[in-house]
Amino acid sequence: MTATLADVGIALGRVAFVMLFVLNLGGLMTWVERKQSAIMQDRIGANRASIFGFRIMGLLHPLADAIKMLTKEEFYPARADRVLFSLAPFVSVFFALVAFASIPFGDTLRVAGREVPLQALTFNVGILYVFAMLSLGVYGVMMAGWSSANNYALLGGQRAAALMITAEVAIGASIVGVVMVYGSLNMMDIVRAQGPLLGGWLPKWGIVTQPLAFVLFLTAGIAATKRIPFDMPEGESEIIGYFVEYSGMKFGLFVMADFLETVVISGMTVSLFLGGWQIPYLEPAGFVFPWGATVALPGLAVSLLQVGAFVLKVVVMIWFLMLIRWTLPRFRYDQAMRLGWLGLFPLSIANIVLTGAALLLWGAR
Amino acid sequence: MKLVQRVYLREVFSGLGLTARHFFRNMGRHVAHALGRKDARGAVTVQYPEERRPYSPRLRSLHRLVRREDGSPRCVACMMCETVCPARCIYIVAAEHPNPEIEKVCQEFTIDLGKCVFCGYCVEACPEDAIRMDTGILEFSSYSREGMIYTKEMLLALEPAGLDGRPGSPIPIPPDRTP
Repeated sequence: MTATLADVGIALGRVAFVMLFVLNLGGLMTWVERKQSAIMQDRIGANRASIFGFRIMGLLHPLADAIKMLTKEEFYPARADRVLFSLAPFVSVFFALVAFASIPFGDTLRVAGREVPLQALTFNVGILYVFAMLSLGVYGVMMAGWSSANNYALLGGQRAAALMITAEVAIGASIVGVVMVYGSLNMMDIVRAQGPLLGGWLPKWGIVTQPLAFVLFLTAGIAATKRIPFDMPEGESEIIGYFVEYSGMKFGLFVMADFLETVVISGMTVSLFLGGWQIPYLEPAGFVFPWGATVALPGLAVSLLQVGAFVLKVVVMIWFLMLIRWTLPRFRYDQAMRLGWLGLFPLSIANIVLTGAALLLWGAR
Repeated sequence: MKLVQRVYLREVFSGLGLTARHFFRNMGRHVAHALGRKDARGAVTVQYPEERRPYSPRLRSLHRLVRREDGSPRCVACMMCETVCPARCIYIVAAEHPNPEIEKVCQEFTIDLGKCVFCGYCVEACPEDAIRMDTGILEFSSYSREGMIYTKEMLLALEPAGLDGRPGSPIPIPPDRTP
């Protein structure tokens, strides 16, 4: 097994695609957040930043934000643990960034006798990997809360830890149903298994086979991103949160981490419940519609369509998460805990039992 | 609470439906606006420095001194406004007029806007209709107290607001408020 230059190039390309995709979406989300909330609320939204008079719909505001964050003073509280204090935001962002790696963005591409899996990390237990990276991110938040030597930050860190455990249990338990139905922990296999049609017309997407798990996963996923309605770690109106002592780009990294986690949750939801890169009725050779019509397409076009479909689905999902974030009021701390432990967790266990019973009855795989 | 309320999900979706409806309605109007339908407005925002809300005609804004046809102030330095002013922000210095049939004219007419309470009594008290508060100008902030003092020449230069409430003259920017 010798890795040729082409292999290395392909591997780098896969990683670069995922990296740029996640980073750019995360950066764009500051703009999406401003503009979408504005449009929902009959406002215009930030549109004043300009270069030579060009405003491009406020798209320069993320750039202006970055410049502002980078040139601001980095403040260290007097009694802070300087090492952990500096490390915390990077831990947060790092795990949010790498979590996307095993989410597939297209079917295995066959070009010039090579098989290129369109995902950055081909991994047999990809689903567990994403799950693990997502929950490791909370360590950054806890470190930030503890090392700030500020009681409010510490409270925020503890709340983040409690919330993350609550969300994680529900996420883990709701994923089990999906894994049972599709019989794999490999993200690529799960997405591929969502391709067949039920009854000849309905795509076998996760949302069809596991509707309850979809709701539970989405709820717990939103909790995992620490954004409204589950923003107790921040709690702007009460404790400001784990990043109360942070300034400049370190603060920006925490905000960035929240956005990246939203992208990852969107990617996860799309891959597990919305058919990932699958387009209904699109087979490797082209469209085959249930009423008999066929449209033949070359393999590369199919792959491009699939990648496009995945990106579109993720973007729509991010839009939906933003819609939730700008619609719902936040939960109180005890309400979120009750929802997690007395609502999501028992329901996801029930979902496992129901899925098991259904699989036993119909034996459908 | 009923079970359907405790589950919370139905209410979540009704709320999401409301905000999503606003999103798509406004998005459609924004797109229509960008495509040339200039009457379609996707937001209620008034982009202030460029756009202004129409003001009520009775709005009391920055004062101005009304001019006669020859350009001289209508003010005859009767001191009515200075007397009636509850904030005592008007300072008038009267002077002799060369024509013996005219009793006096105002040599200086200074309003300290830092003290003015915009009650409009000066406008009501004036027997000559020499002072009005109809410029439509609301932006006269300054970093210093001196910047709030408006002299006769500055007040004479101001024009009344148009029918739509837009200021008729450029907004006077105090020298210490460089943009």
